[in-house]
Amino acid sequence: MKDIDYTKWQLWSLVILRVAIGWHFLYEGIVKLLNPNWSSLGYLMDSKGLFAGVFHSIAGNPALLNVMDFINMWGLILIGAGLIVGLFTRIASWAGIILLAFYYLSHPAIIGVNFAMPTEGSYLWVNKNLIELLTLWVLVLLPTSRIIGMDRFLFNKK
Amino acid sequence: MTDKDKNAGGSNMNRRDVLKGLATVPVLGAMAYGTWRKTKQDHIRNHKLSKELNMSADEQDYKVYKHDGDTIRIGIIGYGIRGTQLMKAAGFAHPDAIQKLKEQSLTNSQDKRYADFQEQDDLNIRVTGVCDLFDVHAEKAMAAASNIGREGKGGSPGPAPRRYKNYRDMLAADDIDAVIIASPDHWHAQITIDAAKAGKHVYAEKGFSLTMDENYTIRDAVKTSGIVYQLGHQGRQTESYIKAKEAIDKKLIGKINLIEVCTNRNSANGAWVYDIHPDANPNTVDWEKFEEPCDVKHPWSPERFFRWRCWWDYGTGLSGDLLTHEFDAINQILGMGIPSSASASGGVYVWNNKKRGDYVNELRKVPDVWNAVFEYPDLDFSLLYSASLGSNNNRGKTIMGHDGYMEFGNTLTVYADRQSTRYNEQIKSGLIDPELPIYTYIPGRKNADAVATATEQYFAARGLLYTYRGGRRVDTTHLHIAEWLQSIREGTQPSCNVDQAFEEGVAAAMGIMAQRENRTVFWDKDKEQVV
Repeated sequence: MKDIDYTKWQLWSLVILRVAIGWHFLYEGIVKLLNPNWSSLGYLMDSKGLFAGVFHSIAGNPALLNVMDFINMWGLILIGAGLIVGLFTRIASWAGIILLAFYYLSHPAIIGVNFAMPTEGSYLWVNKNLIELLTLWVLVLLPTSRIIGMDRFLFNKK
Repeated sequence: MTDKDKNAGGSNMNRRDVLKGLATVPVLGAMAYGTWRKTKQDHIRNHKLSKELNMSADEQDYKVYKHDGDTIRIGIIGYGIRGTQLMKAAGFAHPDAIQKLKEQSLTNSQDKRYADFQEQDDLNIRVTGVCDLFDVHAEKAMAAASNIGREGKGGSPGPAPRRYKNYRDMLAADDIDAVIIASPDHWHAQITIDAAKAGKHVYAEKGFSLTMDENYTIRDAVKTSGIVYQLGHQGRQTESYIKAKEAIDKKLIGKINLIEVCTNRNSANGAWVYDIHPDANPNTVDWEKFEEPCDVKHPWSPERFFRWRCWWDYGTGLSGDLLTHEFDAINQILGMGIPSSASASGGVYVWNNKKRGDYVNELRKVPDVWNAVFEYPDLDFSLLYSASLGSNNNRGKTIMGHDGYMEFGNTLTVYADRQSTRYNEQIKSGLIDPELPIYTYIPGRKNADAVATATEQYFAARGLLYTYRGGRRVDTTHLHIAEWLQSIREGTQPSCNVDQAFEEGVAAAMGIMAQRENRTVFWDKDKEQVV
């Protein structure tokens, strides 16, 4: 990929954005890791909308649920750490987009749907999962990890 | 990118390169520090609270009942709606019902009822006799009893039980050790007394009795005979009630002053306006036997036969039918026994016209909105019961004390009171926030503490948490029957024995008397009678 010429302000703004999203992912992962009672069961059972059936059947299968819990918890941790230190950032961003897409499809902000899980704001079609997803997409298109980040060591060798 | 940066991408790694490559790594340190601080704070709060409350943290395994020993031979008396449920809880269901569960489990992967039933423990019993006054129900009971393989359609049934037209013949049979009584309430006393005299152990549905006098005669018969008696309050097996008792014993909410319990339903079935079977007629129903205990006989009425709970001749209304579940829940936690007085009122306010109630001939006499107050001056508290069969606003159970209050159902939540004496210091220091629970118990969760997240509580309250994980869902009625059978084999007393049942029966009868006689009914505990 051809490096983009950012101004100093553009570069650091994008890096801060990347780190902030990474922070959010990492902390969500750590919280689940530290809580022995955590399971995605309730969240999956609370799914609504077009794909609710898929998420409900995952919840109904204990083996699959365990796999999902594992992928979710460690996915969040690895994506978060990757975004923060700028390592394999492109893969981490796409993985984050996929994870967020699942969250959005499980709990879509559509008309006529209410969730047991309380929200702190008001959403119609666009919710914070969608915004974070779109932001990660922007970060895929405007990468910074080869300038500020450990990808600099991996990909900039000539 | 600046020229300097481009140079930095060269083959020689310099100090600048390393700095830029690792520039954001310290953020991980900040995350680690922040997480450590927060975890430590939560831990200290939790630890201090646990020490203060002293509640046991572990799950208990008191729900394991033994089934080894001799096979117990059971007779079922009454195979209506509840009789069918009891037989299923004991391990016997009609092939059609199993077939339906099986098909539903195939079309809906979330529907675990078929698997739950198949995995339900074998109680080491045989159903050797069935008795029902309606031929259709009796035949269904026989098919269920012989379905020993828990199979759907096309299965190979085991030996058929004997059908008895008169329960007295069943009680005289040698191949019956114990009976499950799921008849209408007006038959409970006579059947239980006859069973006790015949030396057959009894599991009887609530209400304990139809009238005040029957409370004494049933108790005397059971005690004289020495049979093992269990009243059908399966709430005795509910884990959160046992935790609630521990919380009360450890004085988490201090001195109790008011208890509020409720019932809420809003459907024809919930209001006992059941379907009338099209095949029921004087040829298929032994109406004379049904009416036998009644002082005043009534002409054949399919409504009265199927919807008997709506008339005082056969049923005990909201008092004996539904208050008793709540009363028994509180009695197992507090052991407060029979109240000193009862007052009650209510009316037929919802199911009071032919259109609404789908009535054919006569309107119900038993109220569908009913409230009662029971006083315990010796213990300094009132027990308030409020019921509506015309609203689903489920209000749960609340016990209020000087230091806090607890709300419970399937889950248990304890809050500290802002004016509490016990928690005064902790509230001042910020350790306890009266807005937040000081203790939460969610069955199936690995441990119970104060820091269950808001979302966890939301999910648990809706039954989304513990149903599918950690194995199977267990029917409390199944456990209640299993406990009774274990008591028979070991010669012990089950949890809802005749003394507990007597207290429930007297309280319910006081409620009915208070409403029907429009007066406050008092109990003389020394003379053991209503005054």
